[in-house]
Amino acid sequence: MPARHLTLRILSRLATSLVVAWASVTATFVALHALPGRIEDILAGDVDFPGLREAIAAEWGLDRSLPAQYVDFLFRLAHGDFGTSYVLRRPVIEVVGSQLRPTVELALAAGLLAVLLAGGLALATAGRGRLARGLASSLELVAASTPVFWLGILLLMAFSFSLRWFPVAGAKSWNALVLPAIALALPTAGLLAQVLRESMEKTLNQPFVTTVRARGVGETAIRTRHVLRHALLPAVTLGGWLIGGLLGGAVITEKVFGRPGLGTVTLGAVLTHDVPVVLAVVLLAALIHVAASTLLDILYLLIDPRLRAV
Amino acid sequence: MTASPHSAPATVALSTEDLIGSVAGTSAAPSRVVRPGLRHPPRFILAAGFLVLLAVVALGPSLFTGYDPLTGDVSETLQAPSWVHPFGTDRLGRDVLARTLYGTRYSLLIGLAGMAVSAAAGVLLGVLAGLRSRLLDEAVSRLFDVLSSFPGVLLAMLVVTFLGQGMANIALAVGIAGIPKFGRVVRAQTQLVRGADYVTHAAIYGLGRSRIFLRHVLPNVLVAVPVIATIYIGNTILVVSGLSFLGLGPQPPTPEWGVMLAESRDLLRVAWWPGVFPGLAVTLTVIAFSIVGGALQKSFEGRLA
Amino acid sequence: MIDPREPLVDISGLSIAFPAQGDGPVVQGIDLVIHPGECVALVGESGSGKSVTARSLLNLAGDGARVEAARFRIRGRDARTFREADWRRLRGTFSGLVMQDALVSLDPLRTVGHEVGEVLTEHRLVSGRAALAERVHATLAKVGMPRPAERARQYAHQLSGGLRQRALIAAAIAAEPDLIIADEPTTALDPGIQNQVLAVLAERVREGAGLLLISHDLALVARIAHRVIVMRAGRIVDAGTTRAVLEQPRHPYTRQLLAAIPSAASRGGRLASARIASGPGTSAIARDPLPPRVAVEPRLVLEVRDIAKHYAQRAAPGQTGAFTALEGVSFTVRAGEVLGIIGASGSGKSTCAKIVLGLLEPDAGEVRLLGETWSGIPETRRRPLRRRLQYIPQDPLSSFDPRYRVEDIVAENLPDPGAKDRRARLLALLDQVGLSGSVLDRHPRALSGGQRQRVAIARALAAEPALIVCDEPVSALDIGIQAQILDLLADLQGRLSTALLFISHDWGVIQHLADRVLVFQDGRIVDQGSVADVFGSGGATAPGWRAVA
Repeated sequence: MPARHLTLRILSRLATSLVVAWASVTATFVALHALPGRIEDILAGDVDFPGLREAIAAEWGLDRSLPAQYVDFLFRLAHGDFGTSYVLRRPVIEVVGSQLRPTVELALAAGLLAVLLAGGLALATAGRGRLARGLASSLELVAASTPVFWLGILLLMAFSFSLRWFPVAGAKSWNALVLPAIALALPTAGLLAQVLRESMEKTLNQPFVTTVRARGVGETAIRTRHVLRHALLPAVTLGGWLIGGLLGGAVITEKVFGRPGLGTVTLGAVLTHDVPVVLAVVLLAALIHVAASTLLDILYLLIDPRLRAV
Repeated sequence: MTASPHSAPATVALSTEDLIGSVAGTSAAPSRVVRPGLRHPPRFILAAGFLVLLAVVALGPSLFTGYDPLTGDVSETLQAPSWVHPFGTDRLGRDVLARTLYGTRYSLLIGLAGMAVSAAAGVLLGVLAGLRSRLLDEAVSRLFDVLSSFPGVLLAMLVVTFLGQGMANIALAVGIAGIPKFGRVVRAQTQLVRGADYVTHAAIYGLGRSRIFLRHVLPNVLVAVPVIATIYIGNTILVVSGLSFLGLGPQPPTPEWGVMLAESRDLLRVAWWPGVFPGLAVTLTVIAFSIVGGALQKSFEGRLA
Repeated sequence: MIDPREPLVDISGLSIAFPAQGDGPVVQGIDLVIHPGECVALVGESGSGKSVTARSLLNLAGDGARVEAARFRIRGRDARTFREADWRRLRGTFSGLVMQDALVSLDPLRTVGHEVGEVLTEHRLVSGRAALAERVHATLAKVGMPRPAERARQYAHQLSGGLRQRALIAAAIAAEPDLIIADEPTTALDPGIQNQVLAVLAERVREGAGLLLISHDLALVARIAHRVIVMRAGRIVDAGTTRAVLEQPRHPYTRQLLAAIPSAASRGGRLASARIASGPGTSAIARDPLPPRVAVEPRLVLEVRDIAKHYAQRAAPGQTGAFTALEGVSFTVRAGEVLGIIGASGSGKSTCAKIVLGLLEPDAGEVRLLGETWSGIPETRRRPLRRRLQYIPQDPLSSFDPRYRVEDIVAENLPDPGAKDRRARLLALLDQVGLSGSVLDRHPRALSGGQRQRVAIARALAAEPALIVCDEPVSALDIGIQAQILDLLADLQGRLSTALLFISHDWGVIQHLADRVLVFQDGRIVDQGSVADVFGSGGATAPGWRAVA
């Protein structure tokens, strides 16, 4: 019985995420067509040369009916065809694909670092002495309130310009990943640590923890064996939002550190009104977000057996 | 009952009220009594004071500085902090302190405008989702999912691509991105209030559905709004200044903090002060809002979802 | 079968304080001795310090607690010299802790089997998964858990109340501790399940374990305790064998506590002001009489005919499918009468109350209030009669709008809230329920449980109702406050001739207050009649009710 319920819940969550993904894609399509002005002009952006409008019309099938265009849109997206960037005169997928890796590296490194920092800090200080808790929570507050770009600037000043430990710009070596990853990780770590600690302390006040203590289980084991699971629940809920934040923050970090990546590409596209590129990046981010949230929600279902009941 | 041979011979005539009643008054503190009102730890007072100061600065920056944020003395470019220029001067000889003070307006204004958009739409949708109709709830929740699947920064970039750069546009973008945050909390709050005994049993006192909604449900839902707003405005200001840093918001020479930091990046080798003070301002503002928001949330504990 | 050898616990002059919170010690001068095979009950109202005293036996009195004692020996060793590691060795192996409500006292994210086995793995008492599983199943079987292997794989929320509580006990005794500390293990459980849980604990005592049983319910502990210690405000006021304390209480507080317990014997008399006259030869309880009741008129206030309510899905654990909340329920309430409703949780009494209150529509049958149609009509048609039917909840605080002060709460129910003499009317109402006018400006959050309940009663009276539905109004109150509120209700009911539909799970309360009683089980009325008929003469427990449990 329970296994069947679990499977049903997982399937229903997957179905919901498909709906959301579809809706996000449709929303972008609607936004594109709902704007004032001709689509050809919007898509063309800042460039203009003879034959451009005709090429756009042909590629996007603008002479056809709206529903047909929509279906075509979905179809092409499913095949990874995001159209052509007229500003850069290359297929969008190429533009985006070539710059994907440095950004993903950065986001992953920062994410991992944030989780380790936050988890470690929360585990070490939750429910312990007042001094430790006060100090930790102040640290978390400051970290979560610091803008990523300022942190980046401070790190650059201290470690690149003064101490010269790390390169000032570029992504040529592993060295170049360190400062940007730290800058991106710290605010996220601060927020995550706050949530983790709060929920850990709330859990530590629950009656069942007294029961566990009365069995002779030590403080550390109580935290790792019992409290951590409970504390993860709100953190997991937060996870999707944090991933979105990492993606957005990566854009900013790349500008601060002069690092190549999707951020630079997108920024350039925004400033030259290169709509197909911006569209592609945004949709990609949205779909990644949906996928991540779905996985996290399923993780939540696996951790908390109370949700599996009818 | 047989007499105990050890009991006192006299009749004991105390009433229970004397004994048990007094016990109830003193030691038997009911576990559910919650002290209402804000606690006042020093952090809260400092933070609240800072915000008041911020508001004053935003309204009248000229009270605090005689310098013009937009014009600079070319002979005084890149001066280190001194008595004359406490925060130093920037590349064009402008006083950094003055620009930081004037910059308060922009961050607060854009942040508040964005929050207003999020709040208006978020509350409306959240209340709708929290009402009885399961269908409406599903529809609105999916809408929130769609909106929140676009990271705030990227959504703003999309809006700017279509509508162009500027303060109003990033305020709108940030506002739209923030709708799910308000909406989900308001939805949860609506469900909480609707399920509470004072609402489910209100019909006993002769109240009709619309009276119950207007008198009991809505006010207790709206109570959550200022708390959410204060908690999230810090994050909104972070995003707004980030977008300005990228060049999507107000343009130079506007003394917005994000813009100032963008300008300072290329000067890092020679001058540290243009890159430190505006960032410090952002950080302190966000910290202050977080502390006040957290204190508000604690004081409403138990009444909020 | 009390073993007079070395006591498990020998404490004298215990005091516990929380210096960080100022004030004085929370408990003082406590002497406590427990022998193997002996059940010692620690009784007192909330705030008396009984829980913190018990927890100090495991050194779990709380963060920042300062525990001092003249003598503190555990199994002959001086526990004052123990370090945390020594305490941890004792926890679970020497003593096991059973608390209230297994839903929150067991880790909801862990299976029952894991919880039961944790003490064994922590102290390395078994090796190997097979041996562990076997020991876990054996322990579950010992507490009377049917199909232990299956249950071990389930989670606490999937088990019914009684089974959950047994699982909690199993988790505490898996390592076969010499001492079991049970802190309100049966509170909030149905009487039938209370009996089962007590039986499990009593069995352990018979097998030689010591039991420290903490409760606020004197009647309950009387059933299995050998000795009773009564605490009040952090001190011991009475101690001795169960018989001695209950039959010849020495301290006035204990006497009044006993006298305040409602039962068939206390019928017609006030509880809160009961006096125990004790002199040579007599130790009787003298009670002031309640005002004589107006003869119950034959006019019918409420008629319930054959109502039924079905649900498509059950919200409780362990069951699925269509579920009948009520079936074929019929009864009447006459003017000025007190009709009691008693039944286990899930028996349908709350559903019945909601239908009577017009908050839920029955699927069949009808309800008539004061001769008018009440069920099956739109709310607007009910509105004129609403005033005549009021309600007193179990938890008054959640029935008050959190923004409202006492004045707003009570005034909302006045027939004319804007009238000029509104303040005078409010003061009169508060006076009727024994509250002073100073509470008008206060928030219910700042009032005590008893005061809040009085506010709820004042609100109900403001409408001058003919019938008040009382849904377990005293279940959450200490005995002393309960006595006061019951007296108040009896008073008002007698003077104003308001009919009461009184729901409770406490036989004593029903026997004390009600004229007639309905016994609910599985959505049906299985017994009804006058209190004397249903409970039998002088009966504390009715055979019919036993069968229900």
